[in-house]
Amino acid sequence: MLILSRKTNEKIMIGNEISLTIIEIRGDQVKVGIEAPKSVKVFRQEVFEAIQNENRAAAGSGANLETLSGILARQD
Amino acid sequence: MEIETKAMGTVSIVEKQIIELEEGFYGFSQYHRFALVDAKENPFIWVQSLEKKDLAFLSVDPFLFRPDYELDIDDSLLQPLALESPSDVIVLSLITIPADGGSITVNLQGPLVINKKNNRAMQAILTDPRWQTKHDLLAEASVNRGVQ
Repeated sequence: MLILSRKTNEKIMIGNEISLTIIEIRGDQVKVGIEAPKSVKVFRQEVFEAIQNENRAAAGSGANLETLSGILARQD
Repeated sequence: MEIETKAMGTVSIVEKQIIELEEGFYGFSQYHRFALVDAKENPFIWVQSLEKKDLAFLSVDPFLFRPDYELDIDDSLLQPLALESPSDVIVLSLITIPADGGSITVNLQGPLVINKKNNRAMQAILTDPRWQTKHDLLAEASVNRGVQ
């Protein structure tokens, strides 16, 4: 882990292709600019965690599926 | 071939029912091979791990109950699927059935995207705020019915 301080408009490079810029610091909020190749997935951690948590919940679904029958009619 | 499933015991499948997720599902990245097996409850589909019997996701075609659903995913993120045409795409949304009897929900934010030509698949994360991890399936299904 690397921990460092940056001022407004200073950058952090991650590898050769990814840069983070501290755009603005206001109170307890920091506005960050992220430049990365399009193939790199960039998400807020909450989004990433929400998907992980939902997958875990989905995998732990109850086996009682009777309620599902007839909810959706196949439309083909 | 025969596979062991979480919900349906031993099931016979054919090769084309198998999908490969290079990166797995988020939170389950160590599992890469799954089979798509029709659930007894039409039109739901089990996404059953071939590597771990107890890992299976119930899924559904989101367009069946949300005709306005759309996926806007950068082409470069879909590169691992080697898609040639949008018509080769199959989209499935994972379903959560809470054990405590709460509402059955569908994850429209993290769809499973499959190239049916080569059976490569990935879980996408959509950035459109309309699509969340928990959409109430019964509520949305009945709304859609009302519209028709």
